[in-house]
Amino acid sequence: MRSDVFIVADNIYSPLGKTTEENFLQLKNGVSSVKLHNDVNLSETPVYSSLFEDKKQFNLTVYTKFEQLLIASISDAIQNSDIDITKNTALIISSTKGNISLLETGKNGPDLYKRVSMTTSAKLVADYFGFQIPPIVVSNACISGVMAIITGTRLLHTGQYENAVVCGADVISRFVVSGFQSFQALSPSVCRPFEASRDGLNLGEGAATVVLSVNKKFKGQLKVKGGSISNDANHISGPSRTGEELSYAIKKAIQNAGLIPGDIDFISAHGTATPYNDEMEANAVRLAGLQSTPLNSLKGYYGHTLGAAGLIEAVVSMQSLKEGLMIPTPGFNELGVSSEVNVCAELTPIAATNFLKTASGFGGCNGAIVVVK
Amino acid sequence: MTTEKHITSSCVISNNTVVKNGVKLFENPGADVAGFLLSVYQHFQFNYPKFYKMDNLSKLGWLTAEVLLEGSLDKPAYQPEGLGMIIANANSSLDNDIKYTGTIKEVPSPAVFVYTLPNIVIGEICIRHNFKGEHAFFIQETFDAGFVAQQVIYLLDNDILQACICGWADVLEQDYKAGLFLVEKKKSKESVVFSADNLDRILG
Repeated sequence: MRSDVFIVADNIYSPLGKTTEENFLQLKNGVSSVKLHNDVNLSETPVYSSLFEDKKQFNLTVYTKFEQLLIASISDAIQNSDIDITKNTALIISSTKGNISLLETGKNGPDLYKRVSMTTSAKLVADYFGFQIPPIVVSNACISGVMAIITGTRLLHTGQYENAVVCGADVISRFVVSGFQSFQALSPSVCRPFEASRDGLNLGEGAATVVLSVNKKFKGQLKVKGGSISNDANHISGPSRTGEELSYAIKKAIQNAGLIPGDIDFISAHGTATPYNDEMEANAVRLAGLQSTPLNSLKGYYGHTLGAAGLIEAVVSMQSLKEGLMIPTPGFNELGVSSEVNVCAELTPIAATNFLKTASGFGGCNGAIVVVK
Repeated sequence: MTTEKHITSSCVISNNTVVKNGVKLFENPGADVAGFLLSVYQHFQFNYPKFYKMDNLSKLGWLTAEVLLEGSLDKPAYQPEGLGMIIANANSSLDNDIKYTGTIKEVPSPAVFVYTLPNIVIGEICIRHNFKGEHAFFIQETFDAGFVAQQVIYLLDNDILQACICGWADVLEQDYKAGLFLVEKKKSKESVVFSADNLDRILG
């Protein structure tokens, strides 16, 4: 019998707030951090995105902005947890692009390449806190955050460690903005997931952390109960035509949690608000038998936070379980996908004991986890 | 629940040579990375036009998987969802990230941008061989055979996968190295025991 993996502390560090509570309060009040930014260092043309605006917020010279995000998020999370991270505790970091913005200003060569490397960042962060175990770095496109939670959970199942600190972060730079612009994937306004008029995504920066433990003293806390990953094997930058592969991951995650689709209380979808992603995702939700289950996307509040997205959105959903309140999908008015999924459009009291979190990304990857009370 | 695990095939591409199951199949000393990878493709007479669109990391991983699996994987014996992979490297997609950064000032290229993620090489191999199961990409300073083996053991022992490719694929400018291993639950005539030590030994 595998051990229960408890979620003993968490944090969201985003432009909306520095703690989970601050973030959740903003979401309850319907506040979004996505706005029009006119910054020529980021883009020639103004872009709607969710960015940290206080430049003085990241003022440590030894650490890059990416590393300071990780440090800030982990600091708050472990401060609220009753564990000693210097003992028997793994550190798992997830990111898509880490310190990539250094390439825009630095001089190419071995020193720069070493500084850009995510293993360098991971080591700096591990040393900052005094983790004794070499950190693990997950980089698997937009499912990185969900994958990092699965990796941490399984690591604890093996019995090798007692605790795992899982933190995801990404910073928005010209590198990332120009790439999504070249794909014509950015919305010219605030994104509208699953909406008939949706026209693309917004990018966002931020970090989030969960602290996992198999220590039985945490009995009564939320648990990561199931997880699964799949691949479309179809296209490197376009989602599956059918959604079958994401639906496979969803079904496996639910099964892994010892539940059936009818048990799932709500879904925190990936919902990027690109035409193809939301269409595929809605098909997957239908194929998994979850068509009537309430579903939300938080991208209208945070933008797409890339390697942090799975973690930020999972932590918001955990807070929903604790407070009995489902956060709506901003910008949603009329359903614009062929499978009739049940999009939550208003702040809704919900007597939920579990949720499903999904993610999909470039490279054809899909991930799903189930968290239960 | 533990199950038998065997390395039923291995392929290492490094130092301008291609080695499968310990046997050198091809070498092209002196060629640069791009020229060498193209010569491997031509030598084995692969016919996959998408190859030409890939960045060097995807080309390297794709070629390694191609040689690894050719004649070694009985694909009809498996469901696509039972096939997956765990790959790691040190430099993520930095080789291509540098190229992409060079295009930003002119016209940012979506064809280059799409390869600015390390797991795209996994996607390319999944598309080619119809692998639809679990996969993951990890960044490690050097190949952590113990960690990678632990991931594979979890996936096979828990019946999440029935066969798994694992290993290393790394490119940065003119430095490159790839070593992929096919791990299955039953022996074959060339198989060796699946262990972290054997992964390290074969990768070299």
